[in-house]
Amino acid sequence: MKTRESIAIRSALPSDLDIIIALDEVGPEEEKPSYWRGIFDHYVKGGKKDRIFLVAETDGTVVGFIVGEVRAWEFGSPPCGWVFALGVSPKSRGKGVGQRMFEEICRRLKQGNIATVRTMVDRNNKETLSFFRSQGLRTGRYIELEKEID
Amino acid sequence: MKLNKGSLFALFAVLELASDSRRQLSTTDIAEKYGISSHHLAKVMRHLVHAGLVQAVRGVGGGYRFAGNVSRTTLLDVIQLFEMLESELDVPNHGSKAGDPIVAELKSITREIDELTKAILDTITLETALKSTRKRSAAAGDIPSRD
Repeated sequence: MKTRESIAIRSALPSDLDIIIALDEVGPEEEKPSYWRGIFDHYVKGGKKDRIFLVAETDGTVVGFIVGEVRAWEFGSPPCGWVFALGVSPKSRGKGVGQRMFEEICRRLKQGNIATVRTMVDRNNKETLSFFRSQGLRTGRYIELEKEID
Repeated sequence: MKLNKGSLFALFAVLELASDSRRQLSTTDIAEKYGISSHHLAKVMRHLVHAGLVQAVRGVGGGYRFAGNVSRTTLLDVIQLFEMLESELDVPNHGSKAGDPIVAELKSITREIDELTKAILDTITLETALKSTRKRSAAAGDIPSRD
């Protein structure tokens, strides 16, 4: 059984692109390469401290990723951290990988004087919702609204 | 949101027992702690035993022990043993069809509320609720915090 100590968290590198595409289970298959190339351009190569892209490694293999950033004054909210992508290899779930990545991204946000972290999850994605709740997130003050455009 | 007594008492009992699965508690122990009817709680405990969430311990000092999976059982799992958590609009059947669009809109809105409520309750496991409870206790100075 893997212990917490055998999980290493680091910033993503350009060479992680292919493994991240493979770990990403969300979104249509054909869109993933161009989507992630765009994310890597902004969040890995961009060099901005308020954009955070972390990966988790066990025994030298990337088994998870988390991506977030600081967003300021969107929807009238003071600067806060947003986590907008999270993935853990199915074989590595339930071993604290997600928790370690989330703790690290929160630590980095806090270093940047950010006091709140938010995310948005499809209400049918019970696994991800349960994960974020286990990390202490609760329903926030903002309500997401949408409609089909006629 | 209003929970019926069965659901509420079940949540008290399951969370109390799950907070220390080695411990056995009697119906009276739990009823006294939460100020509820031990007679009603006894009926609730029979349902919980049947659902496999708690186990009755026989013999001297008997009582109940938690028997479920603390990280997989959600608050909705417990509640749905006792009620379906769906808003009921008490709409009379004898109205004219002219009233249908407004009735349908109100039903749609209450369905939206119900779905949100269920999405919240179905993603809070007993483990998550207890973690939050321990933080509250620690903040109140009751117990040392641990995660």
